[in-house]
Amino acid sequence: MKHLSELLFPLIAVIAAFIVGGIFVLIIGDDPILTYQLLIGSALSWPDGIGYTLFYATPLIFTGLAVAVAFRCGLLNIGTEGQLYVAAFAAAWISIKLGGTVVGGVNYSWASLPALALVPIACLVAILMGAFWAAIPGYLKARFGSHEVINTIMMNFIGIALVSYFTQYYYKTPGDPIMETAEIGVAAHIPRLGSFIPGIPTRLPLNVAFLLAILACVLVYIFLWKTKWGYEIRATGANPSAAEYGGIAVRKQIVLAMAVSGGLAGMVGINEVLGYRYRYYEGFSASYGFTGIAVALLGRNHPVGVFLAALLFGMLNRGGIFVDAFTDHVSKDLVEVLQAVVILFVACEAFFRGSFNRFSLLRRSKV
Amino acid sequence: MRSIFSIALIFSTLRLATPLIWASHGGMFSERSGVINIALEGIMLAGAFTAASVTFYAGNPWIGLVAGIAAGVAISSIHAVACIRFNANQVVSGMAINILMIGLPAFLGGSLFASTGSTPQIPKENLIPWTPVFLAFLLVPATWYVLYRTPFGLRLRAVGEKPEAADAAGVSVKLMRYSAVLISGALAGVGGAYLSIGQSSLFTRNMTSGRGFISLAALIFGKWRPVQTMLACLLFGFTEAVSIQLQGVRLPSGEDIPNQFIQIIPYVLTIIVLAGFIGQSRAPRAIGLPYQKER
Repeated sequence: MKHLSELLFPLIAVIAAFIVGGIFVLIIGDDPILTYQLLIGSALSWPDGIGYTLFYATPLIFTGLAVAVAFRCGLLNIGTEGQLYVAAFAAAWISIKLGGTVVGGVNYSWASLPALALVPIACLVAILMGAFWAAIPGYLKARFGSHEVINTIMMNFIGIALVSYFTQYYYKTPGDPIMETAEIGVAAHIPRLGSFIPGIPTRLPLNVAFLLAILACVLVYIFLWKTKWGYEIRATGANPSAAEYGGIAVRKQIVLAMAVSGGLAGMVGINEVLGYRYRYYEGFSASYGFTGIAVALLGRNHPVGVFLAALLFGMLNRGGIFVDAFTDHVSKDLVEVLQAVVILFVACEAFFRGSFNRFSLLRRSKV
Repeated sequence: MRSIFSIALIFSTLRLATPLIWASHGGMFSERSGVINIALEGIMLAGAFTAASVTFYAGNPWIGLVAGIAAGVAISSIHAVACIRFNANQVVSGMAINILMIGLPAFLGGSLFASTGSTPQIPKENLIPWTPVFLAFLLVPATWYVLYRTPFGLRLRAVGEKPEAADAAGVSVKLMRYSAVLISGALAGVGGAYLSIGQSSLFTRNMTSGRGFISLAALIFGKWRPVQTMLACLLFGFTEAVSIQLQGVRLPSGEDIPNQFIQIIPYVLTIIVLAGFIGQSRAPRAIGLPYQKER
């Protein structure tokens, strides 16, 4: 019963979003039912639909988990977008440096490591870079009390600009008109699922990072609910002054939670750079960081919920492309409208829970 | 280098600071009443898109400007209802509006103008390149007067600092906050409209490109006060003007100047100020807290 009531409100939010989106579709003169059939049908076809849905869900699982961990500590990490950009660049950088990249006679690298060494190093660098970028606003909050929301927004812009600088001046191959780095060494590539799981076509970009995302869900669950650190983070989020009184170093928890959050966001770089494009590419993120907020909220800041919500939004991203191509007027921007409505509804949930309680329709569940 | 610092740079600074002044003063009303307004970015986009579309059809920028204001008010009313009526997390609600306004203009524009997210060009005689600039510098003393010299302003600030006390004195906290958030929508709407029918001549997807957030930064940098906030906007407008002027300029050594380092100045400054290194920047005390009457 407890789990059912947990599912109820997210479900209402999603249905409400589809209704509001449908009204907009009607306004611009298309058929909402057909649009949604196309949206969902194209995302659930085997193998391409489901393969791409899972591929698009992968970064959202990471950013959703990132926002959720920070949320559990009472922090709002709006900076996952910046964190995943610096992490993706760092992953590309180390894979160029240690992957033996030579383009047009220019040697970019220091060494040429084998895959067995390079891939773990590159993953670790991505995670640490994301963690570092998020730990800065965490530290500023712990040390000076400055609001993490503002600082993470500022760090987004700073991170994206710095990475753009390094790309433009140091790691772009000469004559390349696109803002992207040189290609990373082959040793740093992580395999597509199709290359070792029979039945999945290799043309699908779905790669090992998806398995890492599932692993991350499990690890976040263990971290938050089965370790002392996780307990202290949740205690800090539930009531900072009580936690402080109970002997928890609240300031340390804030930095820790932000670092873990940023590390998770940084793992988007693994999917993007090591598993898909094999280079850093400016503007690659289709606002994964901001969608992560929607994913975390809809998933109730729980790894299982985050996974399900990421699948939903991955599905919408996949279906959006088809809606764009095969309807007269509706564009894939419909997906952003749906996202926004979901967030608004979930954000207002506390109020409705209150009124549910008042009429004792639903008992409040314990977190 | 001398040619860079010229009269043209001053005018460019004034024009680039204008949308920031409108939006940040809008944000000031909302935040001084206790409602965080991260939605400035989205409100500006609403204003920009609506103003450009209506100006294109009506052939008159003033009608477009009014429509832009109306759109800003309409979008901010969503934020107001979510935050004040339903006690939503104000940051989350603001982010939702920002995401909505990345998608919605492109969604509607795609069917209105059969293009992905930009409106058609508006002829030059239908643009308002300077009037909103003058008005922005009238807005600053006007905001100061309203906030510090009128009963309305006193109540608004009281609601943002100590809502219980204001409530006890017979001020309706909700009414004050509703009006503050709607005013912020109107002002940020002007800022957005100026981007599309003043600075440029069409709306393009996500054309604010972070100006809503820079306005928020200016508001914090200016310590939530009108004159200081205006100065912050001018500083941020200046850095943007310099970064535009420096494009393609080369140092005597033949290297060009990395634009990125100039672009990040406002953000770095805001972090420094927020940490308290340049004087204390203190937010209104009740900011972000929904107010519930005690029963």
